[in-house]
Amino acid sequence: MNGVHDLGGMQDMGAITPERSEPVYHAAWEGRAYGLTRAMAGWHLWNLDAVRYQRELIAPADYFRMSYYERWIEGLLELMLKNKLVTRTEIDSARPAAHTAKRTPTFTADKVPAFVAKGVPARRSVTVAANFLVGQQVRARNLNPVGHTRLPRYARGKVGTVDRDHGVFVFPDTNALFLGEKPQHVYSVRFAARELWGEQASQRDVVYIDLWDDYLAPA
Amino acid sequence: MSTSRRDLLTAALAAGAVVTTDSAPAQGHNHNHNHKHQDAPSDPALRVKALESLLVAKGLVDRAAVDALIDTYEHKVGPRNGARVVARAWSNSAYKQRLLTDADSAIAELGYGGLQGEHMVVVENTADVHNLVVCTLCSCYPWPVLGLPPHWYKSNAYRSRSVIDPRGVLREFGLEIGQNVAVQVWDSTAELRYLVLPEQPYESAGWTEEKLATLVTRDAMIGVAKVASPVGGKRA
Repeated sequence: MNGVHDLGGMQDMGAITPERSEPVYHAAWEGRAYGLTRAMAGWHLWNLDAVRYQRELIAPADYFRMSYYERWIEGLLELMLKNKLVTRTEIDSARPAAHTAKRTPTFTADKVPAFVAKGVPARRSVTVAANFLVGQQVRARNLNPVGHTRLPRYARGKVGTVDRDHGVFVFPDTNALFLGEKPQHVYSVRFAARELWGEQASQRDVVYIDLWDDYLAPA
Repeated sequence: MSTSRRDLLTAALAAGAVVTTDSAPAQGHNHNHNHKHQDAPSDPALRVKALESLLVAKGLVDRAAVDALIDTYEHKVGPRNGARVVARAWSNSAYKQRLLTDADSAIAELGYGGLQGEHMVVVENTADVHNLVVCTLCSCYPWPVLGLPPHWYKSNAYRSRSVIDPRGVLREFGLEIGQNVAVQVWDSTAELRYLVLPEQPYESAGWTEEKLATLVTRDAMIGVAKVASPVGGKRA
């Protein structure tokens, strides 16, 4: 989706303002927002690509108005509603509907250390032929899907060089929509800054973008 | 598509959320950054509190699991991990080679890995190359070695401009990169997570790993800073 989340190359977003001694969470609720989002993923009803897509679906004006963790909560609410884990009435009242059976959480505190240590690997051990070789010139396809994609707009149609084959990974475009993992090779593709941005860019500079086979064509 | 903020505010109040205790930390972050707060600062705090009450009451969430997740990144996993990786690479050339060719295994040697760092790539700064890491599409960041990302890394400003004007971005961080040095930007569009191996200040040659690790900053491992020389204000 050509949404506002696809920010690469925009120039009017203001100054970058690092904070000294920034806390991990700016407020207690940010930590809770993170923890709730992570804990609810423990039901395995959605995947990380679907989570990202849900946040991308936040209306543009809201996306820019919301702080980072507000987007997380917004995305979480929508995923829970879609999966009928909660109802709007329950959210409105902050209380379970009458006569609903209480569940037992499966993602419990004792599981946190092992979960954090293992993570959720996206590389797959299946054998899939690579469409491109390291050193080969490729063109990022001019794709404009209305769903989720990790092909940033600023790369579309641009020519780069395959620098590294990272192996086989889950394909986010299908996975986000629960249409299957469609595992395929991901490459680090090197683009000259001038290919992306024209003469204003430094001749020496490059941008590396990780791109899936389905995003690429021979150049 | 979204539940209205007023609904959630009402819900929070119905759930007996204590407005006064949570509103203070919600507005407690320093306002020397750029995002706008158009809503009452207590709003998200109330929403999240109401949501947590509901999810716990429905048996969908174990509150202790949420506590443990929060604690992990507040107290256990952070940039000290990455600093130890860098310090070992500086003091052990065989390790450095493993780190640059198979980062997952090399980082696992120090006991790190996992969530949002399942597939790591380490890129080396040299006299000729300066690396900078960004995620233009969201906020991808190597959690096992750096912890959760700082606010500025997730900001629209950093995400948008790092790819089109990396030298300008670095200048905002006080870092001027010479025209004879190539700037390499790594946009974390897939599930690879990037860590910059900064240049070692030559004055620190021969130091122990423990001492070297104290020099390495989070910002240097993202690529928006160099590791400062341990003597005076010079930079390596």
